[in-house]
Amino acid sequence: MTPDTGRQRPVETVLGPVAWLRANLFNSWWSSAVSILLLYVIARWAMSFIGWGVVDAVWSVPTGPNGPDSALCRQAGAGACWAVIGDKYRLILFGRYAYLEQWRPAIVILLFIGLYGISAWRRFWRWELALIWLGTLSVCGVLMWGGVLGLEYVPQEEWGGLPITLMLATFGLALAFPLAIVVALGRRSTGMPAVRWLCVIYIELIRGVPLISLLFMASVLFPLFMPEGMNPDKLLRAQAAYVLFAGAYLAEVVRGGLQALPRGQYEAADALGLSYWRKMGLVILPQALRLVIPPLVNTFSSNFKDTSLVLIIGIYDLLTSGKVAMADPRWQGFGTEIYVVLAAIYFVFCYAMSKYSRGLEREFGHARNR
Amino acid sequence: MSAVDHSRRFAPRPVRAHRMHLAWSDPRLRNLVWQIVIVGVVVAVAWFLISNTMRNLEARHVATGFAFLGRVAGIPLSETLLPYDPAVNTYGRALLVGVLNTLKVATIGIVLATILGTLIGIARLSRNWLLSHLAAAYVELMRDIPVLLQLLFWYLLLQNLPGPRQALHIGNMVFLSNRGIRFVLPAWQPAYAWAAAAFGIGLVVTLVWNRIAHHRQDATGVKPPVWPLALALLVGAPLAVWAAFGAPFVLDYPALKGFNFQGGGSVSPEYGALLTGLVIYTAAYIAENVRAGIQSVPSGQAEAAAALGLHRGMVLRLVTLPQALRVIIPPLTSDFLNLTKNSSLAVAIGFPDIVAVANTTLNQTGQAIEGIAIIMAVYLTISLSISAFMNWYNAHIALVER
Repeated sequence: MTPDTGRQRPVETVLGPVAWLRANLFNSWWSSAVSILLLYVIARWAMSFIGWGVVDAVWSVPTGPNGPDSALCRQAGAGACWAVIGDKYRLILFGRYAYLEQWRPAIVILLFIGLYGISAWRRFWRWELALIWLGTLSVCGVLMWGGVLGLEYVPQEEWGGLPITLMLATFGLALAFPLAIVVALGRRSTGMPAVRWLCVIYIELIRGVPLISLLFMASVLFPLFMPEGMNPDKLLRAQAAYVLFAGAYLAEVVRGGLQALPRGQYEAADALGLSYWRKMGLVILPQALRLVIPPLVNTFSSNFKDTSLVLIIGIYDLLTSGKVAMADPRWQGFGTEIYVVLAAIYFVFCYAMSKYSRGLEREFGHARNR
Repeated sequence: MSAVDHSRRFAPRPVRAHRMHLAWSDPRLRNLVWQIVIVGVVVAVAWFLISNTMRNLEARHVATGFAFLGRVAGIPLSETLLPYDPAVNTYGRALLVGVLNTLKVATIGIVLATILGTLIGIARLSRNWLLSHLAAAYVELMRDIPVLLQLLFWYLLLQNLPGPRQALHIGNMVFLSNRGIRFVLPAWQPAYAWAAAAFGIGLVVTLVWNRIAHHRQDATGVKPPVWPLALALLVGAPLAVWAAFGAPFVLDYPALKGFNFQGGGSVSPEYGALLTGLVIYTAAYIAENVRAGIQSVPSGQAEAAAALGLHRGMVLRLVTLPQALRVIIPPLTSDFLNLTKNSSLAVAIGFPDIVAVANTTLNQTGQAIEGIAIIMAVYLTISLSISAFMNWYNAHIALVER
């Protein structure tokens, strides 16, 4: 909207940084005031943050007779105490895993990241990807447990840190996704009202309650549900609750894709005489799933964040190991630094996912608008 | 769904097509058999779990049923909206206090998150590069860090504040210490209740008059002014009532007594951290929905309204906003639901919401099934109520086509 100056303004042809500033930061009195205020606030905040996190920060502390001595961090005027990270990063990343064997969870972390990378690559969007997942996840299991190929056996109670977070998220995804597809198809089924109602009840029930109540159920109630003597461990129970939870949310996303597909596709598949499962497997699902990949990635990202809730039932994930590191009396009072590092780790994973999802959305949008 | 299904729906229906044949090639028989099998499996699994549970409960000598609700709880609760004494009151009352605390967080959180989220969503669309990118950075940062981590972080920050004696303060109005926030508050007077009642009556009358004015505008084209009446009834009448009671007004200042503050309003560190974390996290999601909603209105709409001679405020209120709201409301509903469900994370920082109270209850009584059933029932009720209200509102503002 041009301002009402009475005569036409000349077209701005000046280019360069000054013109950019004038167009984007100082194009009116109001905008200039906002810009100056924000610049001031950002500058002050950035200066105090850099002062705390870089200039005044303590990067390492001398080691005394009983471990590192944090007195240097407690001096007046000391900023962030990054030395706590240097001392505790192995505990935060790997939990209580046998110290000398921690290269194994490290490789597992890299394998998981590699798996995500390959899955994001469109060239690999084919059924062989399922085999790659199966292979990688088995290798991860062998590495974590050990006991074969000369690897020392590490019981599951000693696992912890980032591998637990990644495992909860990845196995949760790998198991919840097929469940979600079946439930979404069930909810869309016209010929089988009983099945449709079962699916509706499952989805709405799970989506209506917080994840915490399901995790409590897994940790407290599950032992009651099982026959005497059969008691899967806590991590497995939490994983089951997590799969049920993620399944309901993913099912709704998949249903969105099924609904968005034109009816002609269903009718054409019927006209070819395909059976129900061939129709879904060959015609409907490949198109419907492709449509919903961006919202699926968003759901993965929120599921990834939700794994942190297992802290409340005492499973040793990344957030829990951070809290354990904080509880060390030698490093009392440096929780902020640990939270900042944990937040950065979660941020990197979720930001990558959201960036990727937006990229796909743009690409698909272009393809549709061509 | 199968081929025959469709032909049945779209082709002219042959007579007697409804009779089911006892042949596997009849899809309706197949559907029936499959449904019986699937429901049978579900029932069998449920039966297996229930019978296990019964046997386990018997073996552990755990009582069942909700009789424990009538027993004295003995759970100390740090924050209560109802009078509550752990030595006297029952589990039922403790749980009710927990539900009210959940509702308190959820209601205030939803209001604050909507305001903050709307402001940030509008800021993202600003033509000021700095403002829009700052808003985008906020949204990205907050959405990519788990809400539990954020809650724990805010709680740590509030706990690391200096003690009451060295509290950060603004004059003697607001004190910020590791015991929470204390702020000055007008002391309660009976006259306020009467003023509030006058406001309520005024609100009803104003709404009725507004409706009459609308009808008259529809009939005659001229809208009688609403604002003088609104001003008189909503501001004038309550003030007059208050003045009639002698205009009582006393400020209740917080003051340091012993180890903590007395007087004034207070926000505990737990509640403060929970509310801050939930509002900041959810506002990022709301901002995205508000932005998407506003962007979904074609710019031609605002231009056409401007061409009709509406001024900017009217364009926003009469043309852009009603259309944007239709896009915003459904995702906003799920944001509200998420905030409510995320308030269950209060248990991690020790705020006595329903999950925390029920968790303590089930640990003390051993009646886990009942405890978790209560949690689920409370959240299902809240979720369904929010959905129902938002669906009603959505239908109210939805586009009416022919």
